[in-house]
Amino acid sequence: MSPKVTEVDGRELKVENQEMTGSSMLIQALARENVDVIFGYPGGAILPTYDEIYRTGIRHILARHEQGAVHAAEGYARVSGKAGVCVVTSGPGATNVVTGLADAMIDSLPMVVITGQVATSVIGTDAFQEADVVGVTMPVTKHNFQVREVEELPRVIKEAFHIATTGRPGPVLIDLPKDVSVASGFFNYDQDVDLPGYQPTVVPNKLQIKKLAEAVTKAKKPVLLVGAGVLHSKASKELLDYVEQQQIPVTSTLLGLGAFPGSHKLHLGMAGMHGTYTANMALHEADLLINVGARFDDRLTGNLKHFAPEAVVAHIDIDPAEIGKNVETAIPVVGDAKEALRMLVEVDGRPSACDEWKEQVQQWAAEYPLWYNEDDTTLKPQRLVEMIYEETGGEAVVTTDVGQHQMWAAQFYKFDKPNRWVTSGGLGTMGFGFPSAIGAQFAEPDKQVVAVLGDAGFQMTAQEMSILQELNLPVKIILVNNASLGMVRQWQQLFYEERYSNSLFPIQPDFVKMAEAYNIKGWKVENPNDMQQTLKEALDYNGPVLVDCRVAKEENVYPMIAPGSGHHEMEGIKP
Amino acid sequence: MKRTIIATVNNTSGVMNRITGLFARRHFNIESITVGMTENPSVSRMTFVVNVDNQRGLDQVIKQLNKQVDVLKVRDITDDAIVARELALIKVVAAPQHRGEISSLAEPFRASIVDVGRESVTLQITGDQQKVEAFIDLLKPYGIKELARTGITAFKRGTNKSVFESPKYSIIN
Ligand SMILES: Cc1ncc(C[n+]2csc(CCOP(=O)(O)OP(=O)(O)O)c2C)c(N)n1
Repeated sequence: MSPKVTEVDGRELKVENQEMTGSSMLIQALARENVDVIFGYPGGAILPTYDEIYRTGIRHILARHEQGAVHAAEGYARVSGKAGVCVVTSGPGATNVVTGLADAMIDSLPMVVITGQVATSVIGTDAFQEADVVGVTMPVTKHNFQVREVEELPRVIKEAFHIATTGRPGPVLIDLPKDVSVASGFFNYDQDVDLPGYQPTVVPNKLQIKKLAEAVTKAKKPVLLVGAGVLHSKASKELLDYVEQQQIPVTSTLLGLGAFPGSHKLHLGMAGMHGTYTANMALHEADLLINVGARFDDRLTGNLKHFAPEAVVAHIDIDPAEIGKNVETAIPVVGDAKEALRMLVEVDGRPSACDEWKEQVQQWAAEYPLWYNEDDTTLKPQRLVEMIYEETGGEAVVTTDVGQHQMWAAQFYKFDKPNRWVTSGGLGTMGFGFPSAIGAQFAEPDKQVVAVLGDAGFQMTAQEMSILQELNLPVKIILVNNASLGMVRQWQQLFYEERYSNSLFPIQPDFVKMAEAYNIKGWKVENPNDMQQTLKEALDYNGPVLVDCRVAKEENVYPMIAPGSGHHEMEGIKP
Repeated sequence: MKRTIIATVNNTSGVMNRITGLFARRHFNIESITVGMTENPSVSRMTFVVNVDNQRGLDQVIKQLNKQVDVLKVRDITDDAIVARELALIKVVAAPQHRGEISSLAEPFRASIVDVGRESVTLQITGDQQKVEAFIDLLKPYGIKELARTGITAFKRGTNKSVFESPKYSIIN
């Protein structure tokens, strides 16, 4: 075999098919996987790899906390569809990425995380910075590896990328002992992945597709529920084709927003705990529910006893274990959403005769839209999101943290295009919103990236402002500042008789000064009448910004399905 | 309902941990797990006896097992014609004058006395769960000092084809 040269950013990497160290192999393999950015943080056990990063010049972004690195890699993965790559050291470095792994696992984000490990000779002796990372991360990864011999490394990396990015995507961790990374071995990356225990079903069963098409023909009240699976399989076009062909009303999960155009006349908005009345009532009364790539999370279904009581359920999912897990499913379709939707369009079944149903749905939408009380004296957070929508022309990549602002962003920013919405859905990870915006900006360097954050969540990973400062990365931080743990405060108001235990901030930092400490331009807005102008300025500003928006403190997210209730029992709908 | 499930898995370090961790975090109720080598040294075979509430619970166990990269094949063999065996070692209190009696109990069960102490004898029995349990019951009146059971290991009877040669589990039948 003749040696091969790989280039990264115009620089030549080591040639292939020759002896090299484990850490060289790692960087070489990352280059072969077209990794254009690594997010990470160095430390003792991973130093050989960092030496290789130094020598090759492969792009590495130094976070200021490993959690920042792993969430940045997630944001990158969500927007680019490629595996996010994160490199950290052993022990505390590795345990600091556990939250990010759990987050990526539950939201199905492709990630390859490489953790340093103590030398194989001392594994199991409680060595300095040793942690059982493979054990700790087993439940929060799609798969993980510990590399024992340097010769295994190319195969392991190849398998890791394969597992992370195919089937239902997810995070894969590679634990790399220090001695393995300095040992020498023969590097050959041209091998086929051979994993007999991992064979995702991509092409759905034709008979099941036909069954589904027939069910649509028979249905009088069909609804399509769109989940993030449609985004992962890049099936937005096929979905639109199918919906236009069959004229079925569509609703979306929190994570599925953008998979189907939010302003389309058949889109009923988001369903679930803070979804629209229309979407939830449609689910409640549907006689056919077609779930494409959603996993029937409890925040979506509400009380399962009352969920879609009239519906025959069809479920398209690449992960067979999701089908029937929470909801009894009459028509299971295992396969890739893109393939399934393409086949459905091809079958071209007779659409449902459901004009009455569509009228009913339109009527709900007209009568009970999302709403809030406008106010001249205080800035309404919902209005703030609307302004962001207006000022970005709906074209921005929006990331959020977790809490009320997240729900308002989901409700009031209309996502018409896929991969513009980055939020922590399944795990609800505070601290996610800001670093994920950094990753998103790397995935889409030319797009406007707006991080809509709560004042509390921002403080969990605010140190990553260093990255913005260092690279003049034009992320726009919009703080929806209600001086409280808003969502916690709302639940305490509604379900704990207003006992606001540890949810109100008596004092807060000066966020503008905080930004300025990182040389980031900051604004504070208290008067609602100044908001739009400041927002315009901030979004137009050439560089990173932070806008501290002082919003109405006691605002609640409505409408709402209280815990234990069903979709038909929404509270706080438009009076 | 009680089901017997067999799986072939990669014989890699940590695979047992993956499986037991999966059962624990999904709240699957397992009665026993056995694991051992197969004719192929890189593959191990596991036999699980699980307790599930209904078909959906059973489906979940099988699907979640299948999702593991190190799990090669999974099959519920409860309703197949199978050979299922477990081994038990039972140490019973036995004064010298009772030994003959105990020995005669063992005979129809094809159990054997594998160790004799001053105050006890140790019996070994293999068989399906029912047989093992019946035998243990019979010995109870003498006083059981120690009991060790391996749990069931099983495979399909007869044909020389592996049970795994039928298509991989799929929810589309
Ligand atoms: C890491 C983590 N800890 C705790 C929570 C629980 N939690 C959910 S929302 C919330 C309040 C968030 O407050 P803030 O960031 O200000 O956003 P707001 O709800 O006010 O918009 C908390 C504490 C969480 N989701 N994540």
